[in-house]
Amino acid sequence: MNLFKFSSPQTFYPLAGRLAPLFWGLAAVLGAVGLYIGFFVAPTDFQQGDSYRIIFIHVPAAWMSMFLYLVMAVWAAVGLVLNTRLSSMMATALAPTGALMTFIALWTGSLWGRPTWGTWWVWDARLTSELILLFLYIGFMALHASIDEPRRADKAAAILAIVGVVNVPIIYFSVKWWNTLHQGSSVSLTKSPSMAATMLAGMLVMALAFWMYSIAAGLTRVRSIILERERNSAWAGAMQEN
Amino acid sequence: MTPRRKRLAMVVGGVAVLGIGAALILNAFNSNLVFFYSPTQVAANEAPTGRSFRIGGLVEQGSVKRESDGVSVRFVVTDTAKIVPVVYKGILPDLFKEGKGVVAQGKLEADGVFHASEVLAKHDENYMPPEAADALEKAHKAAQGSEKTLVMDKSSGGGQ
Repeated sequence: MNLFKFSSPQTFYPLAGRLAPLFWGLAAVLGAVGLYIGFFVAPTDFQQGDSYRIIFIHVPAAWMSMFLYLVMAVWAAVGLVLNTRLSSMMATALAPTGALMTFIALWTGSLWGRPTWGTWWVWDARLTSELILLFLYIGFMALHASIDEPRRADKAAAILAIVGVVNVPIIYFSVKWWNTLHQGSSVSLTKSPSMAATMLAGMLVMALAFWMYSIAAGLTRVRSIILERERNSAWAGAMQEN
Repeated sequence: MTPRRKRLAMVVGGVAVLGIGAALILNAFNSNLVFFYSPTQVAANEAPTGRSFRIGGLVEQGSVKRESDGVSVRFVVTDTAKIVPVVYKGILPDLFKEGKGVVAQGKLEADGVFHASEVLAKHDENYMPPEAADALEKAHKAAQGSEKTLVMDKSSGGGQ
């Protein structure tokens, strides 16, 4: 099977249509399981009581906000270098979901910070760099929308996305590099997790659910973008007539 | 709008977005990259004098004392090497506890006392059920005998 067959919008459109419901379903099931573990199975925390439970939303959203930016930038770079339309469409399709994840991470973090730290917001390195990530997503979408010609918009937005990648490691390592109010990572590749097993299980299931949601939302959105941008092509026109 | 002017607007817009981002980063680097100073840094005169800054560390065991007016509280911030006495008038966050992390914003006055205008609790990245924390604490105490310590032991989930 030639996988490159699916690198054209015309062949990818029906494939995305078949895959999207699968990922929507997985997201719903994993989300339900994750929230059940988070609210009913995981124990209360020894110092934060129940307020720590927002971690089941906060951490998966924050992870996805960083990961989606990397994926978006890679697709944008591929589109820039290889001049493939579908790659740029994928980057454009992921931006709103990434911005949503960033907003959720900032919002839930604020709700969590008030009862634990005693403040909604501080300008420490972690919080500030995550806010810049939100601005980068918004900047990417605004720049793309401000240029009428799609291919030119793709190229300009791609450069912004690529430049912005520098921010992702800054967010991730900010709690290691500098004194921050934000605590360090509970889960990382270099050490064993510093949370109870059921808490960790709930968080990882929720992370998978957010991952599935992001794939489903990306596939659904890229279908709309393909239709919109290929509306003058023969195959899209034929579909409208049916 | 001619294509050329559109291109110009695009370039200016892109540069502006990057500029704002970079400026925010640099701003964070300058004034807030070091979000707080440790008592050791304060003792070594690395903290700014004459203006407000933040100190961070642990609240020393047995140091929290309420003033007679009922709203002022005195405590000592330690990094186990040096200490800074702090006075604060206001409501403390729920997680403010002796032996736990704290970040206070305020000024170091001539009397050597840090007059805080804001006190925030800094919690660690350990999450566990209360029973597990109790068990760890007992094991910790058994291992140390009666020796009192303020050092946060990473493996024990915050020591005391």
